[in-house]
Amino acid sequence: MMLEVRGVRKSFNDQLVLDDIDLDVEKGDVVAILGPSGSGKTTFLRCLNFLERADTGTMVFDGEKIDLHNATKRDIARIRKKTAFVFQNFNLFLNKTVLQNVTLGLTAGAGMKKEEAEQIALEALQKVGMANKLEAYPIQLSGGQQQRVAIARALATRPEIIYFDEPTSALDPELIGEVLAVMRSLAESGMTMLVVTHEMDFARNVSGKVLFMADGRVVETGPSKAFFEAPREERSRDFIRAIREARQ
Amino acid sequence: MINERLWNILVDSFPKLLEYGVKVTIPLTVLSFALALVTALIVALIQYARVPVLKQLCRFYIWITRGTPLLVQLYIAFYGLPSVGIFLDAFPAAVVVLGLNEAAYMAETIRGTLESVSKGQLEAGYCVGMSWTKIMVHVVLPQALRTAFPALSNSMISMLKETSMAATITVMEMFRQAQVINGRVYESLGLYVEVAVIYLIFCTVLTWIQHRGEKRLASYGGVRS
Repeated sequence: MMLEVRGVRKSFNDQLVLDDIDLDVEKGDVVAILGPSGSGKTTFLRCLNFLERADTGTMVFDGEKIDLHNATKRDIARIRKKTAFVFQNFNLFLNKTVLQNVTLGLTAGAGMKKEEAEQIALEALQKVGMANKLEAYPIQLSGGQQQRVAIARALATRPEIIYFDEPTSALDPELIGEVLAVMRSLAESGMTMLVVTHEMDFARNVSGKVLFMADGRVVETGPSKAFFEAPREERSRDFIRAIREARQ
Repeated sequence: MINERLWNILVDSFPKLLEYGVKVTIPLTVLSFALALVTALIVALIQYARVPVLKQLCRFYIWITRGTPLLVQLYIAFYGLPSVGIFLDAFPAAVVVLGLNEAAYMAETIRGTLESVSKGQLEAGYCVGMSWTKIMVHVVLPQALRTAFPALSNSMISMLKETSMAATITVMEMFRQAQVINGRVYESLGLYVEVAVIYLIFCTVLTWIQHRGEKRLASYGGVRS
């Protein structure tokens, strides 16, 4: 097992938003985290990269056990080195060009030489089809292009797993496809991915596993196919039905 | 209104005033502003990073500095401190007081622009393995200072004019020189308007530099009018 998460709890001002969440991820897994708004999906993902501090919970990453609440700065730095995060709002560095956005983590973060970093960045940008915009600033790009650069930035750090936090939710409908296509090709190349999403086609066809959450709890978890074709829980059936109806 | 005598006085005094402007007023402005900028950056960063104790000290400093007149601060530094054994020459006293005074305002400007940089920039930096300091240096500060630039230019222009107050603690700067000349020739209106015009020229140059600076500073691909 590459990543084992156990017993994650988190409250904001006495309100419990995560109640005992467990998750197992194998190398090469693509796990979709689904659930209605406010179910705690994003908070859970953020806890895994210490953007939020969980109240309790442990994680075993590559055999190394880390307490999510008491992790030291050094633990956090080590985990972040192995992971990457793609945000809903892209969060590209606004004062940096496309190329610099991808190299900055390598040079200022990992201490790599500029030439080497640029080589890696170029490869990553080619993978997402953005190598023709190296000198552009984020503000000059469409949302879909920005998100693809953000994915290249994530890829360039050579992570073992990439966390995606609703990567297409801030995009205009016509731009969603290009981002999903990049994510699909990543998945096919064997990248381990944990994806909070509302894109049911992606969850169903690209991800192999689903974690369905509601009200801060895991309602159901299992292979995507089973989840969509034969959901075990009432709550899951309601969710799938609601989404189907919304689409018609 | 301008007779020949006054005209000659103005023509004679112009190079003298300008000389003191260039040799004293401008260095005083530049040194005070440099001190102010460094202090303001430190004070703003301490507050932004919420460093305990130091943060309260910064608030206290800003409270005192903004809540008391610059003139009074100059008097305390130059005429008051000697009685507790601290003797400052007039020029350094002026640099310190002008610098620390304006720094309190500039610190608030910079803190505001730091806070206005989206938290997502910081989070993205962490997630690609950068430390807080590196993120500040490469991402947050450049964006914050870009936004703060017009307000900081304002501060510099204010400061240039406020250096005239250093005259009250015997710094022989441009305005003090105008007073000295006036003491000899009694042409208050003419001389003080003349010195005002030189301040205006200096400020006009600063304004022009500000516009140039704003154009040159990376606009991050945005269209600037």
